[in-house]
Amino acid sequence: MTRKGRRLALIAVALGVVAAAVGLALYALNDSIVFFYSPSEVLQKNIQAGARLRVGGLVQPGSVVKAADDKLDFSITDGAHRIKVSYEGLPPDLFREGQGVVAEGVLEAPGQLRAETILAKHDERYMPREVVDALKKQGRWQEGSGKP
Amino acid sequence: MIVEIGHFALILALALALVQASAPLVGAWRADRALMGVGSSAALAQFALILVSFAALAWAHLTSDFSVLNVAENSHSAVPAIYKFSGVWGNHEGSMLLWVLILAAFGALVAAFGGALPATLRANALAVQGLIGAAFLAFILMTSNPFDRLSPAPFEGRDLNPVLQDPGLAIHPPLLYLGYVGFSIVFSFAAAALIEGRIDAAWARFVRPFALIAWAFLTLGVAMGSYWAYYTLGWGGFWFWDPVENASLMPWLAGTAFVHSAAVMEKRDALKVWTIFLAILAFSFSLLGTFLVRSGVLTSVHAFANDPRRGVFILAILAFFIAGSLSLFAWRAPLLKHGGLFAPISREGALALNNLLLTAACATVVFGTLYPLALEQIAGDKITVGAPFFNLTAGVLLLAACFVMPFGFSLAWKRGDLLGVAERLAVAMAAGLVVFIALIAFRRGGPTLAPVAAGAAIFVILGSLSEVAARAWRGGVSLSTAFSRARGLPLSFWGGAFAHAGVGIALLGLAATGLGAETIAAMRVGVAQTVGPYQVVVNTVGERNGPNYREIVAPMTIRSGGAFVAAIEPARRLFATRQMATTQAGIATIAFGQVYVSIGDPDADGAVPARLYWKPLVTLIWLGACVMALGAALSLADRRLRFGAPTRAKSSAAAAAATAR
Repeated sequence: MTRKGRRLALIAVALGVVAAAVGLALYALNDSIVFFYSPSEVLQKNIQAGARLRVGGLVQPGSVVKAADDKLDFSITDGAHRIKVSYEGLPPDLFREGQGVVAEGVLEAPGQLRAETILAKHDERYMPREVVDALKKQGRWQEGSGKP
Repeated sequence: MIVEIGHFALILALALALVQASAPLVGAWRADRALMGVGSSAALAQFALILVSFAALAWAHLTSDFSVLNVAENSHSAVPAIYKFSGVWGNHEGSMLLWVLILAAFGALVAAFGGALPATLRANALAVQGLIGAAFLAFILMTSNPFDRLSPAPFEGRDLNPVLQDPGLAIHPPLLYLGYVGFSIVFSFAAAALIEGRIDAAWARFVRPFALIAWAFLTLGVAMGSYWAYYTLGWGGFWFWDPVENASLMPWLAGTAFVHSAAVMEKRDALKVWTIFLAILAFSFSLLGTFLVRSGVLTSVHAFANDPRRGVFILAILAFFIAGSLSLFAWRAPLLKHGGLFAPISREGALALNNLLLTAACATVVFGTLYPLALEQIAGDKITVGAPFFNLTAGVLLLAACFVMPFGFSLAWKRGDLLGVAERLAVAMAAGLVVFIALIAFRRGGPTLAPVAAGAAIFVILGSLSEVAARAWRGGVSLSTAFSRARGLPLSFWGGAFAHAGVGIALLGLAATGLGAETIAAMRVGVAQTVGPYQVVVNTVGERNGPNYREIVAPMTIRSGGAFVAAIEPARRLFATRQMATTQAGIATIAFGQVYVSIGDPDADGAVPARLYWKPLVTLIWLGACVMALGAALSLADRRLRFGAPTRAKSSAAAAAATAR
């Protein structure tokens, strides 16, 4: 193969790989991005049922109901509005009433989320950052106190 | 007093790092041997001082000196001694101290064993290493001083985060840092080469041992982190494409590409500028990872505290080194003599393709990790880019790399014979194809990529083996000759064979994730619960006290068709100081698979909610990583490739024949 041919082959392969990477990335982006909302945003933005999203806020005290051995119903609140969440499975270790939580799943009806994943914060000093921001928007977060 | 000595040692280390960053640079520029020599002494002394500083902090932790803020906030007198010690780096300040300790250790390594390196290259590399050290020492002293005192001293500490009270903390961060920070020395050598404006095949030989050390430790560190997350989080997941995990994967991918392109540079004097670029890239990703993890941009167990000053400082360091090195690259790279081009069908051609695939995969990981952060800053939208994205991009590209891998390993340098190689790999290909077809035929659900990955895994493992066989067995010799030939094969070849087989082993473990079983159940004492081929029975539910926690334990027996297989003790621990619970999964390893049970708090009527998993071949994921690191260690032990080592006469004709190809 000539020198020119070799260079062309190298460039062609490089372009091919880059094109494949970009193509895959664009294709994958279409259906694997999940938006995060606070309960108020879910209601205000009028998000349609069937959408995949993450909702973050505090577990409303008194709202946790164990429907069955591995079924859990509760509400996520940001102080202004709340979203009902149903979840099948064990909640994480740090899941507690009045504490920060992020639930990811599919919106079944406006204000009703079927969660597939529940994330709680890692220890008493830290809150999921999205939750802090969501609470700040509702003026329910005092900087530095670590508690809403 | 000891704590103050530690603090002063750290300040002295900063001063020395500044000397190390300047004197050898001037020395190399003016060809002044004495000034260049300062670099080595400074590097050794800097390492000694940081070691003193680290020992002082460790002493404060071990003796529970709560007058030190760092100890008071992150330790407790009741914590077992091992966690008092590993707790030294179980917090922001201490972990940064470990970071610079390892950084200085790599500098000291070059100073102590780099006698055979060209003097100017060594001086310039040490200067760059000193500059990195100075930046991070300044960061520690100004924003994250681990030696701050607290007055009045509290009687008791606030305890180490219970999630971190685990043997994993003693192993994972040091291993990961040895890898992460190890690439700093590769970076320093690249910058030194750019400063000199000269680069040749010998450069690749000098850097090779350091790159292999860093790569091996990074491989182990990432695998260990994955296993720790697996057994401690109670979900049975081992990789979540979490930004923190991606932060360790990015330098690994760039580092893997570097190790391969450096081989091309060493053997064929090609891909030189690209290799330098990868060296810069690998450490830039280490810095990016440090920023993502330590600045508080992300919320995770790794982000210890969110002090905005720290984030800005690390960002400044990051910007300086990445922008600085890339400008240096843009300015000096055109001066470097380009290597020759090579034939597409050859080992170097295959390695170039491997590099393309690895860097493309790395780019998609970078994109998926940074895009949500950027979007939030720009548009205010909060999004998550989840596992499906990464599986479909990086996953597919890396899988493609796995298909090319055996070909690259079997092709000869310069001009390869694709047909001959395909013939040699025929058995491996056939076996992979059979596994693929069998899995497609018998598959019930599971990830779509699993059969492809399993086929590729078999192909990669057998491909490595058949290359060994082909080299030892050439000409249909007797078994004993073949054996002695195999022993005579160079260690670096064995290293490659092991590292590649390790990839295949890990891939096999990954492919098997779709074949497992999973049950969620409220378990009652004496009632068997089936998971996969096993039955799990709760024997009793009890409580007991640990050194600094109380735990609910549910000892269980695993049976298979009535026969006893294993006993496990899943538990939930409640740590009183932080009012926090952790899950201790009960794990039984059966062949290469694992039965994994994690429990929740028992109900009022005594039923224990539990997650039960059967994960066939899951341990192969981490064993594969260990085999990869073993491969790197073997390659490292190859005398011929150690710098400064005299070339050894071939011990036998067999070895010469085996290496001649």
